[in-house]
Amino acid sequence: MGISGRRGTEPELSSERIFIRITGTQGPGVSESLSSSGADVPLPHCEGKSSAANSSHTTRILCWIMTGPKNLESRTKHIRETWAKRCDRVLYMSSVKTDFPTVELNVSEGRDNLYWKTIRAFQYIHEHHFDEADWFLKADDDTFVVIENLRYTLSKYDPEKPLYLGYMSGGAGYVLSKEALRRFIKGFDSGECTHFSTIEDMALGKCMETMKVEPADSRDMKGRQTFHPYPPDHYLVRQFPRPRPWFLLYEHYTPVEGPGCCSDLVYLTYHLRPYGYKYRFNPDEHIELNATTKSI
Amino acid sequence: MLSEGGSFMKGMFMGAIFCLVLSLLGSFSPSTDSSTEDQHHHHHVQAPSKDELKRLSDSQVQELSNQVRVYCIIMVQPKILVYWATAVDTWSKHCDKAVFYTSESSKALEAVDLDEKDDWARLRKALKHAYENAGDLRWFFVAQPTTFAIIENLKYLVLTKDPSEPFYLGNAMKSGELEYVAYESGIVLSYEALNRLVNVFQDEDKCPERGRALWKLSEDKQLAVCLKYTGVYAENGEDAHGKGLFSSKSVNTLITDSMKDNPNNVVEGCCSDMAVTFSGMSPNQMQVMMFGVYRLRPYGHEFHDSLVFYPPENSDND
Repeated sequence: MGISGRRGTEPELSSERIFIRITGTQGPGVSESLSSSGADVPLPHCEGKSSAANSSHTTRILCWIMTGPKNLESRTKHIRETWAKRCDRVLYMSSVKTDFPTVELNVSEGRDNLYWKTIRAFQYIHEHHFDEADWFLKADDDTFVVIENLRYTLSKYDPEKPLYLGYMSGGAGYVLSKEALRRFIKGFDSGECTHFSTIEDMALGKCMETMKVEPADSRDMKGRQTFHPYPPDHYLVRQFPRPRPWFLLYEHYTPVEGPGCCSDLVYLTYHLRPYGYKYRFNPDEHIELNATTKSI
Repeated sequence: MLSEGGSFMKGMFMGAIFCLVLSLLGSFSPSTDSSTEDQHHHHHVQAPSKDELKRLSDSQVQELSNQVRVYCIIMVQPKILVYWATAVDTWSKHCDKAVFYTSESSKALEAVDLDEKDDWARLRKALKHAYENAGDLRWFFVAQPTTFAIIENLKYLVLTKDPSEPFYLGNAMKSGELEYVAYESGIVLSYEALNRLVNVFQDEDKCPERGRALWKLSEDKQLAVCLKYTGVYAENGEDAHGKGLFSSKSVNTLITDSMKDNPNNVVEGCCSDMAVTFSGMSPNQMQVMMFGVYRLRPYGHEFHDSLVFYPPENSDND
């Protein structure tokens, strides 16, 4: 007698390579900050070069992070110290000018303006940084991104194609190809895409659809998700099916919030490891995604 | 009057003797010959460095990795069944042999029922049982239900250590004069240490089963006392840079501490890449740990380790 294997409503175990949203809150406004690129940290991998399958194009990633003065010390500073270093270029957007430094967009605060801020941010990037990257990642100040894995995923795709990856809700970040950004900007200039919306996600998604930008498959070789709008435990905890209530204890994983955004995840991803372990999943093994592969 | 004075003097004299005896007993510590401490002068054991391993031949490394096999002794109780279940489902799968020892049996999970309520007596029985059932396993790891261990890193720590020497490792703490390994961060014993321990268990003076002190010592301290009689001392397990590998705290707590102590260097200043144990995590957090330790990793980072450990069979969360 023992615990049997999985049954019933078990969450599909998610991919090893993930982008996670840590909390549920949004950053307040938009101002930008020009930060240095990842050059001050020796990257373990070729910067900007595609990491695997296709080396006929580069995979330079520009990261821009939606933040605000309230979170600069507590979250954004730590993003800057950790995963953002691996972007080829990173920009911080905040409504109010700060010493961080952030890029200041002339936008007012408020959730209703989120969409407008996103548009303004993309316009700024398009105007000043378009040639610096092939892919444009939008993240919030509570998102955790494993850039190496994102780069690996993107290397399979041509940035001159109109593609986007991730959820447009921005919860776990999303990525636009060069062509997708071009069309996005064009959509606003021409009026094909609406300027005003209180629901950022839907409006963005609608614009993508209008401009014929398609979602690229961001799942791994085994059909597992790589973008996650919720914290890790949402996906990883098996609910033991048991008749007795005390087996069904559910505890919310509280990652380290406040100062030190994502240091615990950085430690788990980049530092702590089992010595000598032969990982089960090797992304370079070409396993075909067949029709029966389950996806979330 | 003289007889009264005499009684008084006798009383004083006896009191003085009594005091002397008490203070002598008090200062008596069960340490063996401390002036000629043998091989373990140091109180820390470090993992082999990369260079050290490079000096070994491939066949030597192969032989060592075949030899270093761990018997996990996991002490559980039915009243915290969910931790028990979590240990079964997570880290214990990486032990060469994982045996659960319980205070009383439970229909839900398999364990060796020691039918013993006293914590120290139960630990003794578990250790004795493990010793008798060791087979060819030469390293023993004792865990509590809230311990989370990375067995591969334990193997790495003891890789070049000879289990026929007495080793008693973990998060070494000090209580007065006594150095002991903290229980919840895991206790590592070599075969020889366990051998000596099982022998001294028979000595009711040095290592009583039910404890003799007026105050009750915790089991980890009792263990240290008994081992000390056999010439085995607690040692702190560390990586090649001297960072501790065994912790009674969770990753979150360690990171939070590091934010206070090393605000500009939170992750590097925190914990070892080769950490062996953490403690104080909820069952859900342990599931997340399995993912964070055994699966999540950045593409392209190569390590060129000298050993290879394969994932356990019939397991999907690692």
